[in-house]
Amino acid sequence: MDGYIAQQLVNGLILGSMYALVAIGFTMIYGIIRLINFAHGDIVMIGAFMTLGLVISGKISFPVIILLVFIAGAFMGTLIERVAFRPMRGAPQVTGFITSLAISILLQNLGILLLTAQPRNFFCPDYLQTIYRLGPVSLRAIDLGIVVTAVVLMVFLGLLVRFTRLGMAMRATAENLNVARLMGININHTIMLAFAIGSGLAGVAGMMWGGKYGQIDPLLGFVPGLKAFVAAVIGGVGSIPGAMLGGYLLGFGEVLFVGLLPPIYSSYRDAFVFITLILILLVLPNGLLGGKTEEKA
Amino acid sequence: MMGWNSHRWLFPILVVAGAFLVFVLRATMNDYILSIVCFAGINIILAVSLNLTNGFTGLFSLGHPAFMAVGGYVAAILTFPEARKAMLLPALPYWLAAQQWSLLPALILGGLSATLAAFLVGFPVLRLKGHYLAVATLGFLIILQVLIINMESYTRGPLGLNGLPMITNLWWVYLWVVITVYVCWKIKHSSLGRSMLAIREDEMAAECLGVSLAGTRIMAFALGAFFAGVAGGLWAHLVTAITPTSFSVVMAFNLVVMVVVGGSGSITGAAFAAVMLTLVAEFLRPLEENLEAYGISEIIVAIGLLLILIFRPQGIFGSQEPGFLMKPEQRPLNSK
Repeated sequence: MDGYIAQQLVNGLILGSMYALVAIGFTMIYGIIRLINFAHGDIVMIGAFMTLGLVISGKISFPVIILLVFIAGAFMGTLIERVAFRPMRGAPQVTGFITSLAISILLQNLGILLLTAQPRNFFCPDYLQTIYRLGPVSLRAIDLGIVVTAVVLMVFLGLLVRFTRLGMAMRATAENLNVARLMGININHTIMLAFAIGSGLAGVAGMMWGGKYGQIDPLLGFVPGLKAFVAAVIGGVGSIPGAMLGGYLLGFGEVLFVGLLPPIYSSYRDAFVFITLILILLVLPNGLLGGKTEEKA
Repeated sequence: MMGWNSHRWLFPILVVAGAFLVFVLRATMNDYILSIVCFAGINIILAVSLNLTNGFTGLFSLGHPAFMAVGGYVAAILTFPEARKAMLLPALPYWLAAQQWSLLPALILGGLSATLAAFLVGFPVLRLKGHYLAVATLGFLIILQVLIINMESYTRGPLGLNGLPMITNLWWVYLWVVITVYVCWKIKHSSLGRSMLAIREDEMAAECLGVSLAGTRIMAFALGAFFAGVAGGLWAHLVTAITPTSFSVVMAFNLVVMVVVGGSGSITGAAFAAVMLTLVAEFLRPLEENLEAYGISEIIVAIGLLLILIFRPQGIFGSQEPGFLMKPEQRPLNSK
């Protein structure tokens, strides 16, 4: 039984890593322009298909694929920001939300149009499928890769935000957009950068999603997108460490909910996630690490 | 304008004209066209009632399909023929299995169930603002789908109920369109409607003037839910099948599009946009099937919405109604 719990915890760690990567993008974008970007989940989908395309097309090594997928995600994020969100900046919050819903539907249906709704098998090189056994826990090389890549990316992001001029500009803009502009920070660049980094991470998460579940389709982004939003809310929207914490907490919570309760409850998994969301919004609207008091309720 | 009270006769005249139109359509058109007209009518009910919450009161809800699902399932279980119930839903409690209602009472009970659900959900959730409310109501929609899937003895789970009696016709839809539009119109021009608009414009100012925020919000939410429940029942008995995925996020999106495109707060606008969107989807369907370009109608709708949001964010009608429908004293001064 201890082995079983250890295995579940490892599964939670893997799921949490993916949620955390997607949640970071949500939280960065929200932190700067107070926009819930519903299309963020669809970048995950684009990342997954991009990876599949690159794996099929030739012998590119995996680290290079990660880089290319990151760039593709970043490009999509920037494009969406430039075309749809920038013309609408300054409009009421809800307008931005509807816009992002529209973009989400647009991307999903473009995916169906260009790639058909048929799920596709996700190819993984054999060396990523090797199974390792650590005591009672067994995991595939790709699972290990997911956790390591996620942690490395998060450390990079942490350093970037903490120690570079770009990071300082981002923090300042999140603190107060107008004052940051008065201090000579180029707001448009900063916002675009937040979209680029966040979407790049979401793209990489899509690559992981495909590797983990083995099948991808144009609608796959919806669920990770929503759950990453929940993770961001748990951690406190706007806080990057909060998003990481929230991602892992949600990953563990979801896996343990399914793994420890009797099997009849496992089909209530999604309900569990959203009941958590509503409770957190009502009881702890600033999340665990969200500092600023802001009107949500 | 004429000196005598011409406005008084306008509504009855429009209702009779509409009834005449229904009569002519039923006499001349085939079943396919009639079903499209029915869908347009159901969409009018949905868009106009969603406008109560999203448009008048500024509560951005994505939960309308959830209330449709509540109303649809309740009505469907009530009208299901007893013999079929014994076959498809053997685990149904005896007191429910013995029921076989006709459409109107089933619709009303469906609507009331949706209202009850709105009260239960609304009390905690309506404290949230803006897009947080939107996400919470979306969460409610997903939770409800999970519940429907798991309550197999009532709903047959993911299989859904099929072979419902096809008892929705254009007359029933028309009746409910008239009721919905009439009730919403009266609300808009009553003190309740003014309170709703005041909350939308400025909550704090409204509260200072004595508007009860919690009460008005929950009224808007529950009233919208009632009509959504009725529309769900009509929908179920038109399609003759109902599954947990019938009422999806995409449907929530389409309804929001109708309200935004028509103009938040405009009843005529919402109704107009509902008809337009139904027709656009219907015209694009053959295109989709011939070109095998599935998804193209959603893409066109989404791009249209984006363009409207960028270039005419207040929607086609804004919050206004066309001048000729208003009482002379209600018309804006410049339109005389």
